This record gives sequence, structure tokens and C-alpha cells, in this order.
Amino acid sequence: MTTTTTTPSTVDLTKLRNKIQGGILEESTLPPMPCVRVKREALLETLEFLRNDPEYRMHQLKEITVVDGLYLRESERFELVYLLHNLDTQKRVAVKCRVEEDDAHVPSINHLWRAANWGEREAFDQYGVKFDNHPNLKRILNHHEFVGHPLRKDYNIFRGHWCSEAETLLDELELRRKMFPERIADADHDPGETMILNIGPSHPASHGTLRNLVELDGETVLYCVQEIGYLHRGFEKSAETHEYNQVVPYTDRLNYCSAISNNVGYVKAVEELCGIEIPPRNQAIRVIMCELSRIMDHLVCNAANIVDLGALTNFWYLFNLREKIYNVIEGVTGARLTNSYARVGSLWADITPDFIEQVRGLLAEIPQHVDDTMKLVARNRIFIDRTVGIGKISPDDAIAYGYTGLCLRATGYEHDLRKAQPYYGYDQYDFEIPVGHQGDTYDRIMCRFEEIKQSARIVEQALDSLPDGPYRADHPMAYLPDKQTRTYANIEGLVNHFKIVMHGIQPPKGEVYSWTETPNGELGFYIVSDGGMKPYKCKVRPPCFYLYSSFPDLVEGQMVADVIAVLGSLNIVAGELDR
Amino acid sequence: MGLKDGQENPVAPGAVVPGARDVGERYPLQAPLGRSGDPDVDALGGAVTITKAEALVAWGRKNSLWPIPFGTACCAIEFMGTVSSVFDLSRFGAEVVRFSPRQADLMIVSGTITYKMGPILKRIYDQMCEPRYVISMGVCASSGGFYDNYCTLQGIDKIIPVDYYIAGCPPRPEAVLQAVVELQNRLQRTGA
Repeated sequence: MTTTTTTPSTVDLTKLRNKIQGGILEESTLPPMPCVRVKREALLETLEFLRNDPEYRMHQLKEITVVDGLYLRESERFELVYLLHNLDTQKRVAVKCRVEEDDAHVPSINHLWRAANWGEREAFDQYGVKFDNHPNLKRILNHHEFVGHPLRKDYNIFRGHWCSEAETLLDELELRRKMFPERIADADHDPGETMILNIGPSHPASHGTLRNLVELDGETVLYCVQEIGYLHRGFEKSAETHEYNQVVPYTDRLNYCSAISNNVGYVKAVEELCGIEIPPRNQAIRVIMCELSRIMDHLVCNAANIVDLGALTNFWYLFNLREKIYNVIEGVTGARLTNSYARVGSLWADITPDFIEQVRGLLAEIPQHVDDTMKLVARNRIFIDRTVGIGKISPDDAIAYGYTGLCLRATGYEHDLRKAQPYYGYDQYDFEIPVGHQGDTYDRIMCRFEEIKQSARIVEQALDSLPDGPYRADHPMAYLPDKQTRTYANIEGLVNHFKIVMHGIQPPKGEVYSWTETPNGELGFYIVSDGGMKPYKCKVRPPCFYLYSSFPDLVEGQMVADVIAVLGSLNIVAGELDR
Repeated sequence: MGLKDGQENPVAPGAVVPGARDVGERYPLQAPLGRSGDPDVDALGGAVTITKAEALVAWGRKNSLWPIPFGTACCAIEFMGTVSSVFDLSRFGAEVVRFSPRQADLMIVSGTITYKMGPILKRIYDQMCEPRYVISMGVCASSGGFYDNYCTLQGIDKIIPVDYYIAGCPPRPEAVLQAVVELQNRLQRTGA
């Protein structure tokens, strides 16, 4: 087995240093990547250089966030953090920039990466930092009647605001019209005769609390605008008020279709922050559980997606298989859906003795269920007409929007973190990465079916090579010491017990960005520790958020019925989208 | 219809018809079966039930609940599990899931309701025709659950009336089935 911690990405910053000479204030690391802190005046130039220069070529903006330094330093309260990623070389760089509270604005980078559009809106919504020249800087997660910026450290977590009515979204529709005026000019209907239709946020086919407002020319979508945040449950603020292990149940409810993947993604970040190495058995169990979760997630997504196209039978087929996987996972974790299985440096419990046999039974059934469903849809004319060529996106656009994971692979660009930057010994397993041709609905559905089979292969290999040994890390913070032999036997054991119970896990001061390949793509956790028992900041990089920001480009020009089919194929899970 | 010549009346007036459930005591609205005292009716041997109009309506309501799922989050996935093959809500006559509030009489709120979602929930509830019932599925809908923070409504009963609360995060499908059955029993008992 390989090491659990991610290998640091080494990026030679000499060229950047020479280019931005006076602008760089500090060079440090944001583990595992190098980090530069620049002056606000040099921010735009730095990011532009990192994006365009052939040596760096940072294709993708992974995340924009803000750290409120109210309790960390005297001046320059807000620190913006930009995480960049070169998908070809796997190099990552972080760029930081500090601003004062009464002068909290930075230039927008919306024109460099399209992912910045929503990222900046979220940073504005949660922290009140303004982005100059942003085309539509308004709240995104909180409602329009909200007062204040909830993730600021001096905002009381309990202070809610009633919302009396939903927004009309007509202002955003007007922006979209101005952006593409030729569409309405070419339409069959005159302006004023088009139909504006509201879909959601409580629409049965929208798979969650998503809201779209579309303008229709006949049945063709001219413009589409979205509103999210209907399921914004304050994950990040809640994480700041709970101990590290108490955050695990909150992570379940991010992507609730595959809860264990989120657990693992979160504890992996905390383990890297604390420097805890988990033993091989734990790694293998996590791999098995994550891959079973991936299978379940894809089953739900495809089942619901094909229902949107009018085929109900496969829903029962696929859900039956899902129920079987539930039963097996429930036997180990005690819960069907929200498992809370992983712990920092540990697991809630070791697997049960009959687990391996049960999983082998499942593995025998999975290909059969998938094949049965494929027989219903794969050569079905309606299915093919409704999916092929619908909701297409090119690899370049997808990367600019921040696509990761399966939806990026469906465009034909092969990128999977399990292969590209293996963790938990994924490089030991023999599996293939399915890729699509043109990034349409059909490719996304078929990649999911294929990934189910590949995940089953990984599980099988992991079961075959499941190592014996402890499942908990040999680290004082990983588990309560044994009562008889340590707590009551010697003072070190007693102190260890006392420290965990009273103070929980206390990582050293620092920060970390850690990622895992979840069913939807790269799930990142950016955690800042001030040395206390609660995270100072815990930011999730939700893959859905960036997938969904591209949605208007996918559906404009398509039929209104396809809006639902495309939405389902992106697998937008509201819990993860809105957090 | 009626007795043929020479055929003996199988049911004496006032006797309990074999096989017919005597539910009169448990469900006051339901008139006793087979005790009509009318020889013509009793002659049919239990093929006809005499009851009160209210009881008949209650029986109809009980067995034809049309739920509208107001699914927002994790609980909605478990609701899907409740409807699908293994647990199969249709065994209890409540499987005709309607997505239009105009066609539904039972709203199952499954998932967290935020302040932002509040006005939407209220509007959809208002669009339902009476009589209407609400089941709050899971702790988030019932009380906000562990999302005690700036964006989460601390229980949907701050906005709309709730008939049954289901505990759990998320509740197991059996718990959802139990809530539906409890509601059905109440409908049978009280008529509303």
C-alpha cells in the first residue's frame, strides 16, 4: 500500500517570481501545494500569468474562498484563497490576497475562468467581499432578504432571517438576454410572445431543490437562468462550531446518495492536517466502502434520470439492487443512508465477519442488474433520440467551468484522481476509466453504467487483498485508549483519555486542501486550524456547484423536456450543491 | 335479488354475518355490519353493508390517500425507497404519488426546509384542496434537526400545520409506512 498522505506537488515558481517582482509578499505552502500571497494590485496579473503561461498553464480554478482572519491577525481581515490546478501535469498552486474590512474588494477573474462566476458570488454572499467588474454580483446561497454575511466570524450562527417571497429572477433573465441578443432576434416568436416558465424549486423531476427560469420560443429554450441555495443548510458555519469528529455526520448530508465518500473525503483532510497515517486495512475498507457508495450513487442517478425520459421499469430494477447494497452497508455502519462511518484516523467500527461474503454476493448480482437495465435502454429508440447529442459540452468549456469527475470524462477528457493522484492504494488496483465522446446526456449515462462495473472490479480486488491488522491508526488522537490496559493502568493512558474526551482532536495550527474522487468529481476540503478543537474554517469544494453553473449553456437551444433530462444526467445533488 | 322460494334466510336479523368484521366498537363512525334489522338486506348474506355516509367517506379517504412528496434532501431518497419495490407504499393504498398539489391530499415533507424554501412550502400547501394532511418526515422538517443555524427553519410547523411527525435522520421506510397507517387509522376513526 502506498502512503495515505498526498504527495506534495512541486511547482517551480521562479518564472512567476521574475514576472511579478514587487507583487509577491510571501511564499509559503498550503499543503500539499505551494502558495504565494500577492498584493491586490498584482492579483489579476498573477492569476492571468499562471493561467496563460505555458510552464504553469493552470486550466482550472478549483475554488475561491475567503478566510476571515478576525481572530488570527490585527489587520487585513479577509484573506482570499484561489486554488488552481493543471489537469495535465497535476500541479496545483494556491494564490492568496489580503484585504482590509473597510476596503474589501478585489478584481473579478470571471473572464479568466468561468468557474469564478459562482465562486465569487458565494464569497460575496458569505463574507461580503466585493469583486469589481463581476457581471452579476448578488447573493447565491442565502435569500435576497438576508441581512449580513453569515460566515464572518462575528456573525451569530443562530441569527436567521425570514424570507417572505421568492425572487422573480427576471433581472438575471434580462442579463442573459443582453448577453445573447441574437437568439431572440432569430426566434420564431416576437419578443413578448415568448413564454417564461418557472421550473422548481419544488419540481418533481428536478431531483432536489433547484430552480430554473426558462424563456421558451415554442418548445425551444432561448434563455435559462438558475437559482440555488434552497437547501443551504449552513454546513460551513456548523462545522466551525463543532469538534472535528462531530463534523462527520454533517458531511454525510452533503451528497447523501453516497454518504461514505464524503465522510472519507473529510477525515482524509483532517488526517493530513494532523499528520495521521492510517493503516493498510483501514485504507482498503475505505476503498471498498467508497466504491460501493459510488455504485449506489450512480444507480440512483441513472434510475432517476431514465425515469425522466419516461422509462419507469428500470427504476425498480436499479432500486432493488440499491436496497441490497443498503442492507450490506447497514450491517457494518448501522445506518442505511447517512452512515457516518469514517472517523479521524479510524472508522466507526471494523467490518463484520460476514461482510466479505455478503459483498461477494452483491458483486455477483451487480453486472446482472446493470445488463438487464441496459437491455431496456441501450437500443431503445426513444432513449437514444432523447439523449444523443443533447446537452453537449466540449472538454475546454467543461474545464473552464470547473468540471471534474465523471461529467468531465464524459466529454472525452480522461481525468480521474484515483489514477492521476492515487490515494489509499488505488494504484494497486486494476481498473479502467470510462470516457465519453462528446459530453452529452447519453455519454454521461453510459459512463455511469460502465463505472458501476469498474467499481465492482475494484471492490473485488480490494476484498481479495484485504490486509489483516489494526483498522485504527497508531496515534493518540485516533481512538479512546483501552480502559483496562491503558486508561486505568498508567498515567499516560489516563491523560490520553482525558485529552480526547475534554479537548477532542486538536490539529496543529495550519491549513490543508485535500481531495478525493467522489461519484460526482473532485470533492475538496479546505480546512484551516487555529490549533483549537474545532475547525477555524472548513470549506467544501462541491463538484456539483461548478457542474451546475454551466447548466444554461447545456440547455439553451434544446427542447424544454430535455432540460429535465440534462439536469438528471449531471447528477446535481442539492445537499452538496448548496451545503 | 332476494331469497328464492323455500330458501332459508341465512342471516337472522341482528346476527353477526360470518366473515364480516364487526368494527362498530373500534370505529364509531362505521355502522355495525349485518345488524340492519331489514330482512331484505340481511337476506343478501353480507353482500351489502349498511353504513353511515360519513363512515363511507372516511373509508374512501383512508384508502385513497394521494401523497405529494415535498422532497428537498436526504429524506427524499428514503421516501423513494419507501415507494419502490421492497417497501412498497402501494400496499397501503397510498402509492398514487401526485406532483400537483391540486391533486393531492397528503403532503409528505421530506427534508430540510430553509428560510429560503419557506414561502414555497407555504404556497404549495395553500394550493392543496381540503381536507389535507401533512406528514413531517425526519427531524429536519420536524424541528430543524442538527441544523440549528442561520438558514434552517426550526420545524415546518412554524409555517404549516402538521399531522404526524416522524423521527429519524432519515427515518427508515418502515417509520414512514407507520405514519401513513396511523393517519389512515385516524381517518377511519374520526373521519378527518
